[in-house]
Amino acid sequence: MAQPANRPVFAPWNDPEEKPLIQFKGVTKKFGEFIAIDNLTLDIFRREFFALLGPSGCGKTTLMRMLAGFENPTTGQILLDGKDLANVPPNKRETNMMFQSYALFPHLSVWDNIAFGLKRSPMPKEQIGPRVEEMLRLVRLEKFARRKPHQISGGQRQRVALARSLAKAPKLLLLDEPLGALDKKLRQDTQFELMDIQEKTGTTFVIVTHDQEEAMTVASRVAVMDHGRMIQVDTPDRIYETPNSVYVADFIGDVNIIKGTAAPSGDNKYTISWAEGQPPIIGTTAAAIGKDTPVHFAIRPEKVAISAEKPADRANALQGRIEDIAYLGNISTYKVELANGTMIKAQVANDRRLARRTFTWDDTVWLSFTDTAGVVLLT
Amino acid sequence: MNFRRFFLIATPYAWLLALFLVPFLIVFKISLSDYAISIPPYTPVLDPSAGWEGFKTFLSELDFENFVFLTEDALYWKAYLSSLQIAAIATFITLLVGYPIAYGMAQASDEWRPTLMMLVILPFWTSFLIRVYSWIGILSNEGFLNQFLLWTGIIDTPLAIMNTNTAVYIGIVYTYLPFMVLPIYSALEKLDGSLIEAAEDLGCSRASAFWLVTFPLSKPGVIAGCFLVFIPALGEFVIPSILGGSSTLMIGKVLFEEFFSNRDWPVASAVAVVLLLILIVPIILFQRNEQKQREAGL
Repeated sequence: MAQPANRPVFAPWNDPEEKPLIQFKGVTKKFGEFIAIDNLTLDIFRREFFALLGPSGCGKTTLMRMLAGFENPTTGQILLDGKDLANVPPNKRETNMMFQSYALFPHLSVWDNIAFGLKRSPMPKEQIGPRVEEMLRLVRLEKFARRKPHQISGGQRQRVALARSLAKAPKLLLLDEPLGALDKKLRQDTQFELMDIQEKTGTTFVIVTHDQEEAMTVASRVAVMDHGRMIQVDTPDRIYETPNSVYVADFIGDVNIIKGTAAPSGDNKYTISWAEGQPPIIGTTAAAIGKDTPVHFAIRPEKVAISAEKPADRANALQGRIEDIAYLGNISTYKVELANGTMIKAQVANDRRLARRTFTWDDTVWLSFTDTAGVVLLT
Repeated sequence: MNFRRFFLIATPYAWLLALFLVPFLIVFKISLSDYAISIPPYTPVLDPSAGWEGFKTFLSELDFENFVFLTEDALYWKAYLSSLQIAAIATFITLLVGYPIAYGMAQASDEWRPTLMMLVILPFWTSFLIRVYSWIGILSNEGFLNQFLLWTGIIDTPLAIMNTNTAVYIGIVYTYLPFMVLPIYSALEKLDGSLIEAAEDLGCSRASAFWLVTFPLSKPGVIAGCFLVFIPALGEFVIPSILGGSSTLMIGKVLFEEFFSNRDWPVASAVAVVLLLILIVPIILFQRNEQKQREAGL
């Protein structure tokens, strides 16, 4: 989430004084022999927009269902506001969930759907009406209050589901693939709407998604999961810029990964020899790596420049031939084949008209990047 | 108007015309006739050879006196009321028995569902008559039920179930149970499990989630099941005549006796026409329920 410069940066995870809203303490969840969540420890803070990201079957949905109370950990503890959630049934938890299928009650009107949870709460009857109206205004559905769910569009249904789950002002809102059923344009609009609502209500959001772009857009922190484990938990920019593993680098966005062996050349710099006949790559990392350590060098395509002449000022330059060009409108991705057959992707913004493009298929070009553009990864 | 479409629509209408409307008109005509000791046992009979004049005299001899007779003899309206009552109570009991069965089936794992479905349908593989007869062996004074209860010592004199209304209820509930279970099951099976989770998430206990979500959403199935049991149970003849006693008054039995014991076809026809009129009300309601469901896209 982008923060305006004049506001203090929202980063409670860096503040040792801040008490987390949710704490996972060594949580393991097994379904029979299958380990869905593997000894997980994690803190989520108040007002965070926390994204659980991973391929299907990585355990992110199980994690969310444990927060909602539909599953219980096999071992370990989950605390909400310091209180152990074990044996607290879903209807007694101060969490609400927005379901992937929305799970709107088809026999109830939009109004009654939103009021459903409030009627089950100790809220006095005369306050329910105004609260429902407030929720309808929040998601801009005042005109549809009397409609049944099957009489409104998919995007409207999604907003009803959101309003319903927010109506009880939960301490924690869980969103299970909330935008999965929407088309791309609507999804992007809704992402901003979600962030807006999250800021307005001050609720802590935990969102499950397999869409990395969505996670990057909405979240204050992203947790990348695989096989029931947290691979990396960090802010979107750090996940993207400094992934801690090949898995994260590869899962988030587009990346070129080059396997080689590193040798320290001083000043946090490493020389990575990676192929016969190719100049070694100069990379930087704060990690201490011994001589001849096998490493992966990961570099994003947009950090690779493409030019006709060998640039003098860049630490790394590789020569190759343009094999393919993918034109995406705003950017173009060039697939460049090096002499040893390795494919490197370079991304260039299309700031000129297509007809005036400098390079075309089969041109011999130079790919170049600085020594700090990529990351050196051990795993 | 193309021919194919006409043919498609005409076929069911021709079917209804030949097998429902024409027989109904014949029965209606007999109900307007008078009893006679002849073959057929009523008069007048339309004689096409007499021509137009013959048709006019034929019409003039038809009247509604059989319907008037039905209102004069208490037997008939008592039989109608008693049938309505037995059918309604039996339908309610079938619902109480059938709903948990359907619910259990819908909750069962996917691999079990076809087997459970089979078990519900299986009784249809034997003759309905034989199945009703076999209840005599269970319910009679020397039947399995009484022998078992005497053996366990719960009772010391046999329970008189056979030839009572209780036996009729048991027979109807047993016979029509699949008609209740299947529509409810099909409504419950379609139910999205996340709706129940959503209800619980919003503060419902298990029980209130059932009453606020599951039950209202299975209502179309419940209504369909109730009509499918109520409508045939109202005119039921076989079950009360086999399992019921002399005090069991049902319109199906009255109808049978008028036709075959008294051979009074005109009165029997009038009884049948009134029964049909009574049945039209629930049938129309049933149709409306089905249509509403289709419109709701459920």
